[in-house]
Amino acid sequence: MDILKIADKEFSSRLFTGTGKFSSNSQMAAAIEASGSELVTVALKRVDMKTGSDDMIHHLDMPGLNLLPNTSGVRNAKEAVFAAQLAREALGTNWLKLEIHPDPKYLLPDGEETLKACYELAKDGFVVLPYIQADPVLCKKLEDAGAATVMPLGSPIGTNQGLKTREFLKIIIEQSNLPVIVDAGIGAPSHAAEAMELGADAVLVNTAIAVAMDPVQMGKAFKMSVEAGRMAYLSGLGKVCSQAEASSPLTSFLS
Amino acid sequence: MSFQQIHEKYNWDEISESIRLKTSHDVKRALATSNPDLEDFKALVSPAAEPFLEQMAQKSLQLTQTRFGKTVQMYIPLYLSNECANGCIYCGFNCKNQIDRCTLSREQVMEEVKVIKSLGFEHILLVTGEHPKRCGVDYIEEVVKMIKPYFANISIEIAPLDREDYTRLKQHGLNTVYVYQETYHKENYGNYHPRGRKADFNYRLDTPDRIGLAGIHRIGLGCLLGLEDWRADSFFTALHIHYLEQKYWRTKFSISFPRLRPHAGSFQPQYPINDRQLVQLMCAYRIFNQELEISLSTRENHIFRDNMIGIGVTSMSAGSKTEPGGYSNPDKELKQFEVSDDRTADEISQAIQNKGYEPVWKDWDHCLVEC
Repeated sequence: MDILKIADKEFSSRLFTGTGKFSSNSQMAAAIEASGSELVTVALKRVDMKTGSDDMIHHLDMPGLNLLPNTSGVRNAKEAVFAAQLAREALGTNWLKLEIHPDPKYLLPDGEETLKACYELAKDGFVVLPYIQADPVLCKKLEDAGAATVMPLGSPIGTNQGLKTREFLKIIIEQSNLPVIVDAGIGAPSHAAEAMELGADAVLVNTAIAVAMDPVQMGKAFKMSVEAGRMAYLSGLGKVCSQAEASSPLTSFLS
Repeated sequence: MSFQQIHEKYNWDEISESIRLKTSHDVKRALATSNPDLEDFKALVSPAAEPFLEQMAQKSLQLTQTRFGKTVQMYIPLYLSNECANGCIYCGFNCKNQIDRCTLSREQVMEEVKVIKSLGFEHILLVTGEHPKRCGVDYIEEVVKMIKPYFANISIEIAPLDREDYTRLKQHGLNTVYVYQETYHKENYGNYHPRGRKADFNYRLDTPDRIGLAGIHRIGLGCLLGLEDWRADSFFTALHIHYLEQKYWRTKFSISFPRLRPHAGSFQPQYPINDRQLVQLMCAYRIFNQELEISLSTRENHIFRDNMIGIGVTSMSAGSKTEPGGYSNPDKELKQFEVSDDRTADEISQAIQNKGYEPVWKDWDHCLVEC
């Protein structure tokens, strides 16, 4: 597959994965390996921040796998910046998935606070991947703020509902100068393929893999669907028509 | 509108009766909808739902896995004091009960912390009786400050406080406050809570509002199952959570299901809830509210607890001692109640893994909050 470049890193896999909700760390590691993912999110709240190393981190010690700490749990920009600085120190990476969702029910991101934090963190040398609503205007503002990518949601986190924001994702993909990673709500390989066919640069999947009956097989299924979706996008999908185009009734008089 | 005003609009007997009148048709509708309301909740806790228990459990399992994954959070209670100025007729800490009383000193708290840390816990629940002079907010503040470096998540289950006190404790790293209304039956509440500050029904009822206003991250609610008609009490708890979620939208909510246990007094529950009914109740909450954290303590026995893993439960205590100093110096005489699941933390962790779930020891960090 063609290479995806984000900041200073290159990825041959366009499937990013999460590390929550698995039934064990060993199952998590096996599923991630099967998915071929090279970037995994790690919730700061789950990690031993004092040592930066614990059983989960130990299981993620795989060749070619990069950690993307996320700030899940913070409720505003100030908390996010504070947590990010500690994460950089504890985990030794300046990459950050910026997640600010003050609403614990639907975990919907706060665009205003995310933008504020992004300005500050990018200035401070972080590679910021912000999780946001599928809001095209906010995406452009985040470009100005120094974000490395934008990560609009397909539907609320963990709901497996697929691309409910499809029309807005299309606008974001069309307008973006940054890689667009569709994050949240991708509940089946077909959703991931759909996002990739739309032209997303990558997708992030967690729940659909972690809570599958067989997370390893599901990881593999997502790997294949992301590759298929990307290949289809690069090959140039045929346009969808609502009727057959057999003749040119309006312009045939010209010939 | 305050919750007091909302609560006053409802008549206990009418609610109780309307739950009893729910039909299997209502239950089917409640199971089919993706967006259940309070009427659906009533149907799910009604006698009409009893034949649908397996369906409720299946739905509950699926909803819980989607939201919380295959994980169970682990926590441990630390009983700091059994001194109490209240006279709750069902409680082992009732001030009239002739038991030895004590409040742990700083040194004793640290002895307990040492043992608890050796078991691997990162989430701790501080518990006291309600004695403002012996174990009031100043004492709790001191303990929270002292233990913060050792625990990722600190919760309390103590006497209700004023808003400013919650704000104070939050600044030192407090994450969660559990406060149980015991019963929403206002007329009978006084019979169970004849003295002390707890006799004030409305002050207790407004406590979650004060916690919410103080910006505490998580509020745990519940009622004491067995005191009054559990179906009606559970409706009011659900109503309360619904009200709080609308108002304190940044706050997480959790629910617990304490059933009355044998203790030093002589109180026997008038409205006991059996195992099937408790499963029904837990599933009803999960179907009604998919984000609600559901906690199950060692009051329940190991068979019940192991089988409820996955069916709604998201956090469990383990290795609990319910007497102050119990981890470093066990003394049965000081206990609030007998635990029914007396397995060690390791054994419970293993049981969770055997069910195909991961015990999560750490799911919070002080670095995520401004303090």
